[in-house]
Amino acid sequence: MSGLTLQNVTKQFGTFTAVKNVELTVPHGTFVCLLGPSGCGKTTLMRMVAGLDLPTGGAIKLDGKDITNVPTHKRDLGMVFQSLALFPHLTVGENIAYSLRIRGVGKEEQKKRVDELLSMIHLSGYADRPVAKLSGGQRQRVAIARALAISPKLFLLDEPLSALDAKLREAMQVELRQLQQRLGITTIVVTHDQREAMTMADTVVVMSGGEIRQAAAPVEIYRRPADTFVADFIGMTNLIDFNADGSGASVLGASIPGLAVPAGLKSGIISIRPEDVHLTAPGNAPVTGTVTFVRDLGGTIETFVEAGGKQLVAVSMPNARPDVSVGQSVGVQLNPGDCVVLKS
Amino acid sequence: MRREAPQKLTDYGPLVFPAGMLITFFVVPFATMIAVSFFKRNPSGFYTPDFVFENYARFLSLFFGKVLGFSLFLAVTVAICCIVLAVPFTYLLSRAKRRTQVLWLVALLSILSLSEVIIGFAWSTLFSRTAGITNLLVMLGILDQPVALNPSFGAVLTAMTYQALPYTVLVLYPALVRLDPTLTEAARTLGASPIKSFFTVVVPALRNTIVATLIMVFIFALGSYLLPQILGRPQHWTLSVLITDQAIYQSNMPFAAAMAVFLVLVTLGLVALTVIAGRKGEAA
Ligand SMILES: Nc1ncnc2c1ncn2[C@@H]1O[C@H](COP(=O)(O)OP(=O)(O)OP(=O)(O)O)[C@@H](O)[C@H]1O
Ligand SMILES: [Mg+2]
Repeated sequence: MSGLTLQNVTKQFGTFTAVKNVELTVPHGTFVCLLGPSGCGKTTLMRMVAGLDLPTGGAIKLDGKDITNVPTHKRDLGMVFQSLALFPHLTVGENIAYSLRIRGVGKEEQKKRVDELLSMIHLSGYADRPVAKLSGGQRQRVAIARALAISPKLFLLDEPLSALDAKLREAMQVELRQLQQRLGITTIVVTHDQREAMTMADTVVVMSGGEIRQAAAPVEIYRRPADTFVADFIGMTNLIDFNADGSGASVLGASIPGLAVPAGLKSGIISIRPEDVHLTAPGNAPVTGTVTFVRDLGGTIETFVEAGGKQLVAVSMPNARPDVSVGQSVGVQLNPGDCVVLKS
Repeated sequence: MRREAPQKLTDYGPLVFPAGMLITFFVVPFATMIAVSFFKRNPSGFYTPDFVFENYARFLSLFFGKVLGFSLFLAVTVAICCIVLAVPFTYLLSRAKRRTQVLWLVALLSILSLSEVIIGFAWSTLFSRTAGITNLLVMLGILDQPVALNPSFGAVLTAMTYQALPYTVLVLYPALVRLDPTLTEAARTLGASPIKSFFTVVVPALRNTIVATLIMVFIFALGSYLLPQILGRPQHWTLSVLITDQAIYQSNMPFAAAMAVFLVLVTLGLVALTVIAGRKGEAA
């Protein structure tokens, strides 16, 4: 099958396991984001795909061929490092042409390809500049162009945008995504910014403690998180304990009719997104709570409610501004269709 | 950080001590030597103050020209050998485990504690017919019978390289440790084998350090006068040997001083050329 396949990939440093039994399939041409907290093994996993670290177990396959032990320089990939790693002794053009020069491509052809790539990254005419004289965003683009010079089979980026300021980062995210779609290249990006992952990816892979917690499309990850870690890590959420008996489930002391709980599950946790928590007049909803804080951000309004000893947050749009103030008693409406049942 | 330029004379106070040391131990002796090089030799005694060029004139002979040429050639060869050995070695060392690094650095430092005499005699034993390394080769069946490897040019070169190598490694080490390891990793992801990435990334990125080290070893090797005598034939003697010979055994201070001054000038000229060439290369 075409694309990248990781089978049971494991990496140990001494007794410490940085990556645990990772199974992942990346079809040809998709854009995958590895997302997770610091130290969860994202870089390690990417370095194994690049061949810079060897897995201690498992296999890596590219287009059906086992590349687990193929040295990095024979993998035909393009990689952008967090530090960018542009060669300080070479000009912009020479940096971009490096992989072509190494492969013995003729001077004429090198120049043509460099010009092509420079215009792609909107830096035409910069070929003879030393890399030290570029701005952060320009360097970023040069690193991307250098990695794409040979049209690699696999495009890997380790936190490529983390050094940029927020505005430039958002612009580059969109640009990177458009570039990837135009070239149709299989791409893996490491990030710990979930907004970035949601913006760019076809598939988001959430990792924690060296394991994959969930791999799915961004909306799926957001709407149907696989476990409490994913629910909590991606966006804001309310995690609430529930108890179930044969007839129905109860949350915060009130029963929620219609909440589908897997048979035999006695207790667990539900996740409900803040925008799905609706505030009504007390008595109109099964759960009643007290408003503890209102944060009006202009674009959205966050209302914090204490109910049944638990802090809940509800988010609403300005046009549906709840008419509440701190200390007021409100009804909390939880629709069963918005609740995701998670194993605790 | 920006500092104010010194305003008053007292602002130069901190400079007094280093300046004094430099004048006492460098400027004065060197000036004396330049002066002596113009003095007239007194065959019965020592020398008499004068201003003659005959010391320099005597120097302009084919014999001394050849010695000077050989000295420069030997120093350059030693410097190149040291760089060729030390750059890859130090690169590998800087990527090795901490313990390995410490072990090697301690070993190299201990070579520095050996005097030139000990190094000379150790190598002359190793190169001898009776107890030398060729006996090992005979035992391994590579040679039929042991041979003497010294006196010879190879012996001089080996011992001088051995002596200068620790300095070379110690000078290169900090620069190589600071070199970003992701540079070579980037080169590898771009299709360069480890060896290719060493030559296309590590060496060019460290060009200035390598040139500076080359100059340092060159000057260091130029001053060597014991090893060529212990391990070489008379045609392998360097200008430093002749200077020592004139100054100490022939009591011809003015001539020795003239040769020393000339050697310094030639050295400075070569270093300047290297630096200028380096600048040009940078600009290109
Ligand atoms: N060479 C190594 N030797 C020992 N432990 C290592 C090594 N490289 C990484 N680790 C450990 O493996 C774990 C995962 O590291 P990794 O760099 O993959 O994290 P990450 O997810 O990329 O984090 P970040 O978001 O901070 O970059 C960390 O706990 C780290 O300490
Ligand atoms: Mg990382």
